[in-house]
Amino acid sequence: MNIWVVMLLGGALTFGMRISFIYLFGRFEIPGMVKRALRFVPPAVLSAIIAPALFMPNNTLDLSLSNHRLIAGAAAILIAWWTKNTLLTILAGMAALLILQLIF
Amino acid sequence: MNLTMKSFWAGVRAESPLLVGVFPFGLIYGALALAAGLSPAAAQMMSSIVFAGSSQFVAAQLVHDSAPGLVIVLTIGVVNLRHVLYSASVAPYIEHLPAPWKTILAYLLTDEAYAATIIHYEEDGFTPTSHWFFLGAGLVLWTTWQVSSALGIFLGAAIPSSWPLDFALPLTFIAMVMPVLKDKPVIAAALSAGTVALLMFSLPYRLGLILAALAGIFIGTYLENRKSPKEAL
Repeated sequence: MNIWVVMLLGGALTFGMRISFIYLFGRFEIPGMVKRALRFVPPAVLSAIIAPALFMPNNTLDLSLSNHRLIAGAAAILIAWWTKNTLLTILAGMAALLILQLIF
Repeated sequence: MNLTMKSFWAGVRAESPLLVGVFPFGLIYGALALAAGLSPAAAQMMSSIVFAGSSQFVAAQLVHDSAPGLVIVLTIGVVNLRHVLYSASVAPYIEHLPAPWKTILAYLLTDEAYAATIIHYEEDGFTPTSHWFFLGAGLVLWTTWQVSSALGIFLGAAIPSSWPLDFALPLTFIAMVMPVLKDKPVIAAALSAGTVALLMFSLPYRLGLILAALAGIFIGTYLENRKSPKEAL
């Protein structure tokens, strides 16, 4: 699928969700179950993206020390946990990866 | 100054502190979207067509991984599901407005515009001009997002392509996930989604991603319901 079609469909879907209850006001209630499930969406989706990016940089599981992305990612997780700072986490992770690539 | 403009500028002012966080986020988005392989035009247009930060990062990552279009669209939908809640929450306040107003405000209904607007509705009460507050908050955020994306795309083009800048995307996601891992159900959701993503990685069309996300959401919800069964219904 062309990237522009993807963006238009993704944008239409997002707009549809944003206008959904504004348009349907009073005719629907959101079930409590769905409301509670929503807070798990970001950590679940993002973790599902993070794990392969760290553990499978070349599309196969790599738990060795030569997997620089796994080590740099672990460092970033610690920094994120300590500082809760987005920019610092990105900078620390990138610095770790560049240093590992320079040394090894 | 008349009442509508007063409301509008109050919305702009209420939104301003949030812009401090949004601006660098837009810069990073612009730079990373290029690194992920989007054209500058596509990267910029995504900021106005989709106009939802975290889903734009996720879409860029999936373009980088050559995921099929339908999977990218579905993932954008899942990541943005929470907007249904915002829609339900602001609906009673703008119910009386004509359709064009509802359409514009719905388009501007982001996390940050919602946060500023709902606080205004709840604390200052509903006034005949409060939709102007919503419009002010939404428009200043929209402008900031477009400008910061553009600047990020401009700066990103100057970064040598030999740099492993694509790694900054998963790093951004790490920075987004870690602060929300506050209780056992959320931690279990994140760990199970990550594990399923690894186990199912070889499935076609990157379906592993969708299955992993669903598994995480299911396990998190299940654990939470078990913790407080009375609220489960």
